[in-house]
Amino acid sequence: MEAKKTMHAPKLHRFRASSVPRTRFATTEHPAVRWLLTGITVTFLTVFLLFPLFTVFHEAFSRGMEMYLASFDDRFIRHSIKLTLMTAAIAVPLNLIFGIAAAWAVTKFDFRGKSLLVTVIDLPFSVSPVIAGFVFILIFGAHGYLGPWVEKAGIQIVFAFPGIVLATTFGTVPFIARELIPLMEAQGRDEEYAAMTLGASGWRTFFKVTLPNVKWGLFYGVILCNARAMGEFGGVEVVSGSISGRTNTMTLQIQQLYFDYATVPAFAVASVLAFLALVTLILKNALEWWSHR
Amino acid sequence: MSIQAIQIQKTFGSYRALDDVSLEVPDGKLVSLLGPSGSGKTTLLRILAGLEFPDSVETSRVLFHGKDVTATPAGKRGVGFVFQHYALFKHMTVASNIAFGLQSLPRRERPSRDQIKARVAELLGLVQLDGLAKRYPSELSGGQRQRVALARALAMRPKVLLLDEPFGALDAKVRKDLRRWLRTFQEEIKVTTVFVTHDQEEALELADEVVIMNNAKIEQVGGPQTVYDRPVSPFVIEFLGNVNRFVAGVGSSRSPDRPRDVLYVRPHDVELEPEESETHDYALKAKVQHIFSAGNYGRVTLERLGTHEPFEAEVARERLRELDLRPGKVVSVVFRHVRLFPKGQFLEADIKDGKLEAVAG
Repeated sequence: MEAKKTMHAPKLHRFRASSVPRTRFATTEHPAVRWLLTGITVTFLTVFLLFPLFTVFHEAFSRGMEMYLASFDDRFIRHSIKLTLMTAAIAVPLNLIFGIAAAWAVTKFDFRGKSLLVTVIDLPFSVSPVIAGFVFILIFGAHGYLGPWVEKAGIQIVFAFPGIVLATTFGTVPFIARELIPLMEAQGRDEEYAAMTLGASGWRTFFKVTLPNVKWGLFYGVILCNARAMGEFGGVEVVSGSISGRTNTMTLQIQQLYFDYATVPAFAVASVLAFLALVTLILKNALEWWSHR
Repeated sequence: MSIQAIQIQKTFGSYRALDDVSLEVPDGKLVSLLGPSGSGKTTLLRILAGLEFPDSVETSRVLFHGKDVTATPAGKRGVGFVFQHYALFKHMTVASNIAFGLQSLPRRERPSRDQIKARVAELLGLVQLDGLAKRYPSELSGGQRQRVALARALAMRPKVLLLDEPFGALDAKVRKDLRRWLRTFQEEIKVTTVFVTHDQEEALELADEVVIMNNAKIEQVGGPQTVYDRPVSPFVIEFLGNVNRFVAGVGSSRSPDRPRDVLYVRPHDVELEPEESETHDYALKAKVQHIFSAGNYGRVTLERLGTHEPFEAEVARERLRELDLRPGKVVSVVFRHVRLFPKGQFLEADIKDGKLEAVAG
């Protein structure tokens, strides 16, 4: 007994020696580092996000509520809001269909050039929207490849609503597909195969098995896609020609108002966009909360 | 319903998964596809199910009860399939999972809501999960999920039941219970069943017939006793149960440039005799390394003198006491039964009088 005790004692002691003075968890950084990192993050967020957001609302309401509301009496401003909503109402469903189709193809089938397809889906992220806008002018403009043909058909694409929709859709292509692909990849194909062996048709398998499994991711993708569609600027500016009351979306209208020294209306419209962005964020968080319950 | 697979060829890119595999499963039998991973067993099962298709539906064919179903998709074959990880529909209750197949039927053939409900209740009873209808898969244990998957597969009254590693994801105790349960269950409902496993014990205990696969081919088909007692290839004997390998120039009197043969001896076919005994039947001498006894048999590990090849013997406890074995002791080793591939080169006399010893090394 005695011998045993002395054998164990130093071992125990050594354990103590290394663990007692360390009251922090081994994985926790030094408090100074923690404060520094938190400080940087908070400062950054304040300077680059919170302060501008505050400014938008502050400027919009700087002449009082009445002036703020009066801004929306303007025909051009109303038209720009309507145009933005209409554009999003077309671009988002288009990308919804495309995103689901692409994610389904990529994750449930094996084919050549699959990784190329995934890369191409990301293209709008890497290409400047302005360039995308120019591409559409090159294709559909009066001197473009398809310009004469389009003109003969009596459709105006460039400097008109269809062009705006094209540019917006282009810029928002990756959002839904990007959201779905990793999710569906993680789900695997077994549930779909199971539905198949049980005699379910492709549609039934999609609506009853695949879709419920990815619904939160899909919602999330739609929300992001919508936010981006309403905020689109560069591509739309090039393609639309910025004609007030005809092809000015909200973002373009804001720019024009600002250049015309109409500060309050400019910020009033901006506040609507900012408000939509906030709603989007809140929705997104609510979705995350629901889906993780 | 009987199943026939005829000359199945399947490649994935440049990888050959099945190479001219033919198989017949008689009606109502429980057959296991046994083999190491990558042997092609799961691919074969999926081709039977219609989840994969052979490279050519002209030369490779799958027949159900004599009818060609090679190009028929899974949903139209009347098979029940249980996936390795069950593939239950996560967002549906147990009852909805089981009812899914019936509800997928075209309106004309679909049973009424009450009929479906009754069928679900019946199936839940069959797999002993009454009362769990409203649960979600995430609220079930592994064994329960497995049985839900089985009930779902049986809902459409399939003529063929296919199971992919049905017990692979369960812990040992549950696995054993469920195995026994499936055996009696299958005997009751008499549905032709094929299951994939890499666990030899599972295959031998459960199946009427075992199909042993290796390297995209079938090595042997036979009853559990047959494949264990009369293996047709070194692969089969090494894959099923424990076996000792001995390298020896059997029939040393034959030409010296003959390649060396490999002898296979099961541990229970190895007998130990005291070194000083008068026996002439011994094949070689060996030194005892380690003795482990649990139950009726003791497991003795030995090392062959000269070549230092390690091997194992299974000795009755009583005999173990008689021999008074200790590590380091040298014994004479008698082989009761030896296997050699290819057959026909083996001579009884070759393993007597320590001849194996003489020609070793």
